[in-house]
Order: sequence, then C-alpha cells, then structure tokens
Amino acid sequence: MPKDSDQIDSGIGASPKRREDVRFLTGTGNYTDDINLNGQAYVYFLRSDVAHGRIVSIDTSDAAAMPGVVQIFTGADFESVGGIPCGWQITDKHGEVMQEPAHPVLAQGKVRYVGDAIAAVVADSLEQARDAAEAIMLDIEELPAVIDMKAALKEGATKVHDDLTSNLCYDWGFVEENKPAVEEAFAKAAHVTTLELVNNRLIANPMEPRVALGDFNRATGDSTLYTTSQNPHVIRLLMGAFVLGIPEHKLRVIAPDVGGGFGTKIFHYAEEAFCTFAAKALNRAVKWTSSRSEAFISDAHGRDHVTTIQLALDSDNNFTALRTDTHANMGAYLSTFAPSVPTWLHGTLMAGNYKTPLIYVNVKAVFTNTVPVDAYRGAGRPEATFQLERVIDKAARELGVDPIALRRQNFITEFPYATPVAVEYDTGDYNATMDKLEEIADLSGFAARRAKSEASGRVRGLGVNCYIEACGIAPSNLVGQLGARAGLYESATVRVNATGGLVVMTGSHSHGQGHETSFPQVIAEMIGIDESMVEIVHGDTANTPMGMGTYGSRSLAVGGSAMVRATEKIIAKAKKIAAHILEASDADIELKDGQFSVAGTDKSLAWGDVTLAAYVPHNYPLEDIEPGLEETAFYDPANFTYPSGAYACEVELDPETGKVSIERFAAADDFGNIVNPMIVDGQVHGGIGQGIGQALLEAAVYNEDGQLLSASYMDYAMPRADDLPFYQVDHSCQTPCTHNPLGVKGCGEAGAIGSPPAVVNAVVDALQSMGKDVTHIDMPLSPARVWAAMNG
Amino acid sequence: MYNFEVEKPTSIADAVAALGAEEAQALGGGQTLIPTLKQRLASPSKLVSLSGIAEMQGVRLEAGTVCIGGATPHGVVASEAAAAYPALAALAGKIGDPAVRNRGTIGGSLANNDPAACYPAAALASGAVIVTNAREIAADDFFDGLFTTVLEEGEIVTEVRLPVPEVANYQKFVQPASRFALVGVFVAKFAGAVRVAVTGASEEGVFRWSEAEAALSRNFSADALEGLSVAPEGMMADIHGSKAYRAHLIAVLTKRAVAAAA
Repeated sequence: MPKDSDQIDSGIGASPKRREDVRFLTGTGNYTDDINLNGQAYVYFLRSDVAHGRIVSIDTSDAAAMPGVVQIFTGADFESVGGIPCGWQITDKHGEVMQEPAHPVLAQGKVRYVGDAIAAVVADSLEQARDAAEAIMLDIEELPAVIDMKAALKEGATKVHDDLTSNLCYDWGFVEENKPAVEEAFAKAAHVTTLELVNNRLIANPMEPRVALGDFNRATGDSTLYTTSQNPHVIRLLMGAFVLGIPEHKLRVIAPDVGGGFGTKIFHYAEEAFCTFAAKALNRAVKWTSSRSEAFISDAHGRDHVTTIQLALDSDNNFTALRTDTHANMGAYLSTFAPSVPTWLHGTLMAGNYKTPLIYVNVKAVFTNTVPVDAYRGAGRPEATFQLERVIDKAARELGVDPIALRRQNFITEFPYATPVAVEYDTGDYNATMDKLEEIADLSGFAARRAKSEASGRVRGLGVNCYIEACGIAPSNLVGQLGARAGLYESATVRVNATGGLVVMTGSHSHGQGHETSFPQVIAEMIGIDESMVEIVHGDTANTPMGMGTYGSRSLAVGGSAMVRATEKIIAKAKKIAAHILEASDADIELKDGQFSVAGTDKSLAWGDVTLAAYVPHNYPLEDIEPGLEETAFYDPANFTYPSGAYACEVELDPETGKVSIERFAAADDFGNIVNPMIVDGQVHGGIGQGIGQALLEAAVYNEDGQLLSASYMDYAMPRADDLPFYQVDHSCQTPCTHNPLGVKGCGEAGAIGSPPAVVNAVVDALQSMGKDVTHIDMPLSPARVWAAMNG
Repeated sequence: MYNFEVEKPTSIADAVAALGAEEAQALGGGQTLIPTLKQRLASPSKLVSLSGIAEMQGVRLEAGTVCIGGATPHGVVASEAAAAYPALAALAGKIGDPAVRNRGTIGGSLANNDPAACYPAAALASGAVIVTNAREIAADDFFDGLFTTVLEEGEIVTEVRLPVPEVANYQKFVQPASRFALVGVFVAKFAGAVRVAVTGASEEGVFRWSEAEAALSRNFSADALEGLSVAPEGMMADIHGSKAYRAHLIAVLTKRAVAAAA
C-alpha cells in the first residue's frame, strides 16, 4: 500500500526522520546516568531478600565505620517524613474508600516484598556503599508470605499490612446499578460462554534502568532531582508536597533523555525521594543507578489479573450481557496510579467494539507480598481487550459461527455511542478497519497457507480480534469525581524568537515517542514555515509549564492540542502586528506559507518581519498590545479519544514440541488524523512486539515463598527480533476525533492492547484444527505450556 | 564485585604457577565468571586469565581428530572447524550471541559444566579427550554432575581433542529466556558405534542415552528410535519445562538429529 506520506513532504502527514535519533544512535544523548555532579556520593539500597518479615533490629554501627561511608539511613530516619503517596482513590461497591496502607521511603517495622528497601548506604563510591551494606547486621523474623491473590482474601490469611482489616484494597462493582439487569439477562440467555483466564504479570524492562540524582544548593536552599521520569512535574508535586514538604519553587525536577518508560517510569518511587532528601541532609549530591537485577525487584510490575468472564447471547447470537469477576494484584504497596488500572482504565473498556447493552464488572484489588503493580503499556485496556476478545472467540467456536462474522454482527455502528460502562465513543468505523484487515492480512489466502504448512508438518492457526482503547484520559473534573488526585490537562508555551524561530515548551515528555520530530510538524504546518525552525523543550520543570507528562497515549491528543491553542494565540497576535505594519485591519490579514498578506491586495509581510517587530517594536501598536511573542495554553480535553482497530495473527505450531512461531501479523488501526505516519508505524510495531512478548514469552513468576523466579534475563524472556515477524500495518481508516483541534487519537499503546488476543486466538485455532479439545491456554504460550495443553 | 588481583600469564606453566595462590581462580572468556563476580557471588583473591597463552589458542586437524586449544573462543571454532567438523562448528556458532562467542571459550565451558551448556554434549558424543596441564581425561570420565567435573583445584583445560565422526548433528531446543539448551542432543555416528549425548535435561548434567545409541548403532535412522523414550524421573523441572516435557524433547530432538545427520 502506498504510504500516505509519499505525497506529503512536510508538515502534517509527512514522515521526516526522527531528529532525536541522531543523538540516540550516535551515543550523544544525555541520560540521567550521564549526569555527574561535582563531589557526588553514591547510594546503595540494602533490599529485603525475604518476601515478608518483621524487622527485629538493624545494626549499622560496623557498616558506618567502613571506608568511604558518608551516612547510613534506615526507616527511622524517615519517621518525620511523608510516605510515598498514591494518586488515585477508588470508592468500592459499598461506598467505602479503598484501604490505603502507609508506604514509607525505607521499610519501617516490616519488609513486605523481595526488593523492599531496608537501608540506604551513602558512600564516596558505589563499591564502598555495597561493601558497607554487607556489614549491616540485620535481624528479620520471617513471616509467611502471601502470594496467591485468592488465598490472600481467605479468612485468617496473613496480612501484608497489619493495620488494615484484610488484604482487600477494594471490591469495585461497575456499574453496580446494572447488576440486577445483567443477572436477569444471563438467566434469559440462549447461550452463555464462560472463560477463566490469567493476564500474566509483566516487567516493563525499559532499556535504560531507573536513575535518580539529588542535588542541593546550600546557598539558595534549592533542591534539584534528575530522574528517569515520564512526568517530571508530577514527581515534583508528589514528592515535594506530599513526601518531603518542599514547595515547588524550591524544587526542580529534570528528566532529560529517558530510554523508554512503558508506564513504569510514570510513578514516584522511593529512590527519588531518598536522593532528594539525602542530598539536603548531607549537603552533597547523591546518585542512585539501578542495576538490571535491582530493576526486576524494584520497578513497578504490570498486569497480573485473574478473571472469569461470561458472555450471554440470544438465539440470534446477539450479545445481550457481559459480566466479569477479576482479582487484580496491587503488590505490597499502592504505587502511584495502581488503583485506577483495574477499575477506570479497565471496566470502562469492557464494551469493546460491541453494542452489548448490559455489562457488570467486579474487581477485587488485593495486597500480596510482591513488587507493587501499576500501569504498563495499555494499563487496564489490554486486560479488558484480552478477556473480551478471547471470550468472543470461544463463543464463536462453541456456536460454530465465524468469529469475524460474530464480531461484525455485534459491532457498534452509530456514533456517538454511549456504552453501558460510562463512556461515550465519539467516532469509529469498526467494519472499515475489519474490511481493511481482511485485505492486508490476505485472509482469503489463509486456507492455502494452512495447507502449505500442513505439508511441511506444521499446524497453522489464524486469530483475529478487535480492540478499542481510550487515550488521553480526561476531562479533569470527571477524573476528579472518579478518584484521581490530579488534573489531566496538558500545557504548552510557544516562544517565538525575534528572528522567527520557535521554541515550544511542553508539559508532555518524550522518552522514545518522537515528539521532537512530530510536534514541530504541527506548528510548521500552522504557520507555513520549515519544521527546522521549531525546537521542542521538555523534561525540566524549570523550563516548561506545569504539565502532566506522557502516558496513556495522550501526548499529541492532549499536549499537541495545548500546543495548537498556544500557537493560535501566537498567530492571532502576529496578525495584529502585521495589520499594524501593513496598515490594514487584522480581520483582513491572512497567514499562508509563512507570509502575512492583506486579503485582496498584493501587500504582504514575511513571518520573520513580524516576529522581529514584536521584539524591536519601533513600528508597533504599543498602545494596544504588548511587545514580544510568547503564549501559553492549557488544554483540558472534553473526552477521551477512542482509537480502534482489527488485528490478525497467523501462527505455525510444531506439533512435536509445542513451539509457536508467528508467521504473519497484520494491524488495521484507526487513529484518526495522523501527523507522522512513520512514527505511528514505529509505535504500532513496538506495541505489537510487547504484545507478542506478553503472549508468547514474558512472565514474572513468584514461588510460594515470594521469591521472584524470573529475576533476570536468564529466566524472564524478552522478545527478540527473530521472535517477531514482519508486520502489515495500516492506518488509512481514519475517523477523526471530534473534540480535539487536530482530530487525532492516540497510537502508543494500541499494538500492546490489540495483539495478545490475536496470538492466543491463533494458537487455539491451530490446536482445534488438529482435533485437540483445547479452548484456552494462559499466557505466555511457551512451548512447554502448549505441549502440555496438547497432551492434557 | 570484590577486589582481586589479575595475572595474565603467557604460558601454561606460568598459569599453573599463578593458580597455586590461595583462592586463585582461572578466567577463561569470563562469560559465567564475570557476571558472577559482578553479583558478588564469588570472591577470588586472584584471577588468572588464560587468554594470553598462545599454546592454548586455535583449531587444528590431526589424524581425524579436531584439536582445539582450551582458550579458543566459540566464534573461532565456528569458523575454523567448519570444514573438518561441521556439526561441531554449527554448535559453536549458536552459543549465545556474537559477544559471547567472541569471548567464551571451549575450555571454560567444559570446566564450568553448566547443565544447559552446548559444548559438554559435543565433547561427550564425540568421545573427546580433555587435555589438561596434568593429564588426559576421556569425556566419559570428565563430567561429574551439575557444574562439577573431575578437574582438580588449579588444573587447566589446555586442549580438547574431538574425534571427527562420519556424520553428526546437534539439535538445540532453546530455553526461551536464556537461549541456553532447554534440551540439546548431539548425535555422532562413528564406524561401528553411535554416541548420543544429551544436555539441558538431566539433574545429573550431560549424559549419554544408551538405549538410543544401541538402537542407532544397529540401524542409523530415525525409525530405529520409534518407541524409545527417556523416563521423566531424574530430569530437571523449572518454569520453562516439566520433567515430562524435557524427557519428551529428548526423543524428538534425537530423531531430528539423526534425520539431519543421515
């Protein structure tokens, strides 16, 4: 298919190469670990090697006397300091607020997971800090670990937090008022399909591990934190206001180049607070760089849901009701946005692409002695999509109907559409993306490919699914009602320089998404100048307006909209300046290709002439407008955006070993309008890679004692290039978002949301084509698991 | 890691002398030892690097036997043994990734005897002789359980001599994360006898599957293995595969190796 960018060489719709890649690929990036401050000390965290235990004593006296040791901190040093806050409060189905345990910077009283930080040793070198950590005399009375979620909720189960009533964080019912009608629909159903499944726990594994570097200026009293964050303003507010009591004007948070986030760098972590606190206490910069081993047991994990889903159908195969019962693992403490993931980011998506009239979602969030679990690429939406698209596939097989036809029959076709789970889809065309999928995946050629596989002793399967997701979570007043302790607007300041170049300071943060390339395309298009005249600044609270950062595929839809609004203000003011110089009315001024002209005349003025006039205001309407050309806008969206699509996966199965190989993968997405098709391709490619990783390879596995068995790359299988096929990716189906100025949706998570069910559906298809009575296999579909299912 | 001394001798004799120091440890390519040191799981007083010893480098063919210096990296074996012993070269070419193959050595791999490593299967199936600074040890006598060999303290694998079979093949079924062998089977057909060595599977480390050897010695074809199986008892089990799965893979991979070799 010809790329839409083939005809467009600049501005919106073009695919210029990513300008940031020059520094990323040539070793000239500036990551947090590249930053070293004069006289900095290093911190090593002594972490618990047991999942649950009472701290009887910590004796640091020998360790403190070791060479190079500056100071050793324990939980006692943080008793007068706030704990790590949670950014979302859920109200349960009984109207009670969730149980919210204290989350100290360093463990106090108990350790609650393998990796829980007990002490922090600050020394002149990292090796000295590690040496001293080994000399700390630790007496921990080991307690039984609570690992399995259902066991954790049993009467009399050991409690992760002694001061809570149980290990239940909340019992959320959604929409509670729908429940009787849902029950009634199930009672009347012609067919009910039930599926129990696990959404496997994952570890994000960004290429760059987390780093925090705290600094303190004794003369000014200013604190600075350099950190690997997706949202430096959020860290400044949470850490400053709620943990350390530092007002924002005395605290600067800088997240420079960040090597991948995938959600796990959204959250405020204890190590950030520690380094900021210790730098002030010691009057010396303090640096922490996570090792890869440490990342496995200290970065927030993702997913980890156990679900029973039921779909009710009438005798014509119309979906009549859906109900789910999910246990969601919170881990030992509530990470920043953990409570929102299995609730508002999951329950609201359960309608999917279908007009199921009645839906009830129950989620029990559970504390266990494991690493905290929070958002990971997709965050709640992959869990929703996986359940829904698996149960529909199972229903189609039980009913003996074509799974695509069953989906089409139940598609929502009229927009806007208010779902029974509290959201309103503004636009979409699910038949269009399915049509496109059938074309690009060459589904009509599948039978021939299956025959060819069979001839070589392999079994081919086809899996198809749809997805819908909600990006750019909003509006702020609504999310406030839902329990968010934050707003979800975005900001941009557009500063035009005297000679016409622009600097855009955005509250969004780029950690691989390509904002430095795609954002200038929008501004260049609006003004009619070259993209090279626009520079993007992000990641420093001192240089950017308060913004909420980047996650949930929100940057272009929300941050880009703020940028558009600020640029509109710039253009309006520039037209006034041009009107003054051209002696015309501002209503008659037109801006095209970087030239201001008076409508119906040949009088014109270049962009640079106007910007120069703004800063050298000799011939300037000083009585009406201020000099200068700089505008800020905050944008709070009216709704989420709802990207959607249809995915197809073809696998080949080795019937002797159970090994699955992905032979073809096609994705037809509707992202609304598209700014940079190449970057969108890349986002989808990466997302599918992570989705295939979840489906075939990745699993964070704990044993019953709470030891993480997959605690290194020896046992945690990341997808590699040869695990992945070449993808057919298409985003020519475009139903623009109706409520943001660019008509854009979001593309960052779609691949990770849409791909796991396609893979599992394909493997089940392959097994059933062999005559195996296999209706489901839990991810990851490792060779051993597939073989066991085949021979079960 | 903890502090240690480093020596880099240029002769076997000097290396042996250096290893006489208390808590001294030989360093081959370091592909296991260096990560172990970084995790502070070992604390040798001194590392004696074997990479500077010229007499322990290289691949040569001598009277139907491929002789490989103990400090020869996998990448060198992959290229230089390709003509003389293609199955061995193919095995070497699929260990780890290019960085591992450029550092890791055959002597280091055999001395470490990781139960999922590839080289022990090749050595055992080939009926190799492992030459040390002190003696010659038949592969059948060399391996002694997980991460254990009959090597004495300070003894160095200086050369590995692998008789070249008439035909041979190695089938490796990778563990998805580490890409070590979840199960690996090396089949080598010599005039008169077939040897089958299995890595990755057993709690005892690399072993010979004698039933398969007997059947294949009578009839070197995959059909000869029909009905033969390895008992799951004694196999390893972990998050990547059960005992039964590993036992099953041994039979599958042995057939595939025979089919590929025949």
